[in-house]
Amino acid sequence: MPDAATIKARIEAGIPGSTAEVDDWTGGGDHFQATVTAEAFAGLSRIQQHRMVYDIFGEEIGGPIHALSLKTQTSRSS
Amino acid sequence: MSDQHDNPIRQAIASAIAENDVILFMKGTPNAPACGFSARTVGALQALDTRFAAVDILPDPRIREELSVLSSWPTIPQLFVHGELVGGADIVTEMFENGELAELLGIEAKADELAEPPVAEGGLLQIDNRL
Repeated sequence: MPDAATIKARIEAGIPGSTAEVDDWTGGGDHFQATVTAEAFAGLSRIQQHRMVYDIFGEEIGGPIHALSLKTQTSRSS
Repeated sequence: MSDQHDNPIRQAIASAIAENDVILFMKGTPNAPACGFSARTVGALQALDTRFAAVDILPDPRIREELSVLSSWPTIPQLFVHGELVGGADIVTEMFENGELAELLGIEAKADELAEPPVAEGGLLQIDNRL
């Protein structure tokens, strides 16, 4: 069962230079919300940015990770 | 069952995407969404008074499998406009809030008008299982 810290570490490892803030939405270890900030997103559409994050987890999305809600940005906006 | 030549489900999905300007693949129906993310996406479309076709992916797990193969997108819901994947609940919500969704759909922005979601008029689309 993944936890928020693991998801954060995997995103940050999967997208070099990124920072991720991850919350476990329900506390149940299967619905996560992540805000990912990465220069690597520059010039990409939102779809492409989200795909980069989803690709790190592959088949786990929809499986053990029931839902991963994403917000992606190139620089910290708040 | 074996060996359907050419994968009829994938073809039916591809045709549905091609034939409907705005089409949402979701869990449940617009009037009875079966998942919070699907509900949120329907809410955004209804708040903009958009006509959209909807496909419930729950009746047959192969719909979801084939859809994700076609779209390279792992989660449900998935909104397509003019044949292109727009995104799932997160992207659609973000685009609704910043006015991009209205723009994409060719609707004058009225994102502050959240009340009285109309019933989806696009009709419910069924991908039949004819195997």
